[in-house]
Amino acid sequence: MPNATTIALIPLLPLAGFLLLGLFGRKYLKSSSGLIGTALLLTSTILALYTAYEYFFVYGKVNGAYQQFIPLQLTWLEFSKGVSIDMGLLLDPISVMMLVVVSFISLMVHIYSLGYMKGEERFATYYSFLGLFTFSMLGLVLASNIFQIYIFWELVGVSSFLLIGYYYDKPSAVAASKKAFIVTRFADLGFLIGILILSFSSGTLDFTTLIQRLTSPESNEVKTAVVSTFLGASALTWGAALVFIGGAGKSAMFPLHIWLPDAMEGPTPVSALIHAATMVVAGVYLVARLFPVFALTTPAVLEIIGWVGAISAIIAAVIACTQTDIKRILAYSTMSQIGYMMFALGVSKYGGEAGLGYTASMFHLFTHAMFKALLFLGAGAVIHYIHSNDMRDMGGLRKYLPVTHITFLIACLAIAGVPPFAGFFSKEEILLAAYQNNMAIYWIALITSGLTAFYMFRLYFNIFWSKPHEVHGEKHGEGGFVMMLPLVLLAVGAAAAGFIPFGEFVSSDGKALVSHFHLEFSIAPVGLGLAGIFAALWLYKKQNDKPQKLAAALGGLYNAAYHKFYIDEIYFFITKKVLFNLIGRPAAWFDRNIVDGMVNLTGNTTQAVSEGIKKIQSGKVQQYAIYFLAGVIVLATLFIYVLR
Amino acid sequence: MIEPGLYHILFISAALFFIGIYGFLTRRNLITMLMSIELILNSVNLNFIAFNKYVWPDKMDGLFFTLFIIAIAAAEAAVAIAIIINLYRSHQSIDVENAEDLKY
Repeated sequence: MPNATTIALIPLLPLAGFLLLGLFGRKYLKSSSGLIGTALLLTSTILALYTAYEYFFVYGKVNGAYQQFIPLQLTWLEFSKGVSIDMGLLLDPISVMMLVVVSFISLMVHIYSLGYMKGEERFATYYSFLGLFTFSMLGLVLASNIFQIYIFWELVGVSSFLLIGYYYDKPSAVAASKKAFIVTRFADLGFLIGILILSFSSGTLDFTTLIQRLTSPESNEVKTAVVSTFLGASALTWGAALVFIGGAGKSAMFPLHIWLPDAMEGPTPVSALIHAATMVVAGVYLVARLFPVFALTTPAVLEIIGWVGAISAIIAAVIACTQTDIKRILAYSTMSQIGYMMFALGVSKYGGEAGLGYTASMFHLFTHAMFKALLFLGAGAVIHYIHSNDMRDMGGLRKYLPVTHITFLIACLAIAGVPPFAGFFSKEEILLAAYQNNMAIYWIALITSGLTAFYMFRLYFNIFWSKPHEVHGEKHGEGGFVMMLPLVLLAVGAAAAGFIPFGEFVSSDGKALVSHFHLEFSIAPVGLGLAGIFAALWLYKKQNDKPQKLAAALGGLYNAAYHKFYIDEIYFFITKKVLFNLIGRPAAWFDRNIVDGMVNLTGNTTQAVSEGIKKIQSGKVQQYAIYFLAGVIVLATLFIYVLR
Repeated sequence: MIEPGLYHILFISAALFFIGIYGFLTRRNLITMLMSIELILNSVNLNFIAFNKYVWPDKMDGLFFTLFIIAIAAAEAAVAIAIIINLYRSHQSIDVENAEDLKY
């Protein structure tokens, strides 16, 4: 059986790091703070790996299916009997898998940052924020209660905000952190309402009970909830859709993706951890966590999820082909890959062979975390060397950064879906699931996979080949052992993670799912991927004017993609022109004139009255005596003639 | 010779009272104002004595009240004169109109 203490320690160790470094780091632990944070996280990672081993190979499987375990559940706030916010630990295949991913990637980023952030003024603060984030993310994946997940959901939002705005003297970083926080917070409003609806209809906040009650069509809860409708959809459909809006905001799904590219203002290791591998997949994780509800009770919402994922995947891939900031390209690529995970869930069904999409989605989450973190850390090494984010400042770096070059190439091959690297396996499964369930989404996914290969190799050739590099007297090389070690470890993961028989461990109903490998099915995506790679090779291997000509030939489409399909501008139009003028200004007028007016009225009245009666207190003793006398006369008259 | 009745005495007392009020309201000199207050007090004393003699001749209450009032008036005069002396020290005047700033 699971050991509650061991598992509870996994998130609590980073929390301890956060408190220790946050309180004392700046003064007392300035130089050792990185090592302390890394050591704590190393312990955490070892415990996570141990837990994963125990779960998957020792006690997890009962009667041929992986079970849910809740080794710890503390009531934190009880609303009424049965409805309480609990702080618990929930173990099932996806939470254990996420536990490993989050702690491992976080450890890599901790180690990498020892080199990357060396000499920063707020080194200890940086590590304490990383600790806070890791704690929140681990708490999120282990949550056993839908409200607990919400609490940690907001905590990761806050730590993301803090880390994006780490360089707070840069106005763009401040703006980006605010944008990220506001957009995701706006989506979380939907999440909160969704939680309220779901828990109201099921009468509980606990995941296990909630899923149990909402998935059996005979239960009273489902019957009542289906009867109450709003705008033609049942309460449950609304609840599930609103929960998904929260997930879409966190996972940067179209049209709530605008914060993710801007979030690249944060330090690059942070982008690798938060905005590539862990936090942004929280939305996918949330949908997976509530997957039985989506799949069995509200299939309409699952359909929406599929389409949102597919649209995000292709839009992001098109935009990524035109950008020049390397981190932004990676950000759009992240959005595209998360789109893949989303629509894989969207096309999946619950249980058995039809649940392939679910397994594929989680598999892609796993492999994506490896190769995307590697891409970001590689990009970080390049930025560290060049001191610029812009692709046009780079070129010919393969001789100067050999380790980065090789690992980056492996990651590019993995994301492009070239066998035998990790991305190939997970992407094949996703495409297969789409092929079996929704042909339209399958075609979108196929085109996207070609585009993915193209833009990733456009990035690769522009950084490492293209024009020869001019040395400007860079003082340092690749950045030492601490920066190389994570790259190499992640490269091993990106190359080999695909060989894990993932369906054995993670499936929608816990039973092992054997993934069938079809050679003829793989021809189309791999062929398209290779075509994309060769197109990039032809266009970008040597510096030439073919890309400009191509861009000119595509004209409007290129411009629209270069400007990210004007989605930011649309948001600005809606917020600045429509919302500010129609709601903001009247509200401001109301506030200034009516609300403030009432307050001012009270003040002015008091002042006028006191000005009036001030004259009575003149300081003239005899005047007082006259008032006194007048009062006595009035009272005397009253007592003699009236009150007698 | 007419034996003076209650009403005669009350008339004198009322006259004394209003003279005192008048003096208190019109004089600007604090000593004079203090003297006016003494007049008011004495009009009250006179009332006590008169009512005692004519309404309850067999009792002594009014008499004792009067004695107490005289004692208290003496104390009050002492306090008032102390205030006046202090006022004179700070303002070089005992005119009540110069003491208006005491309201602050």
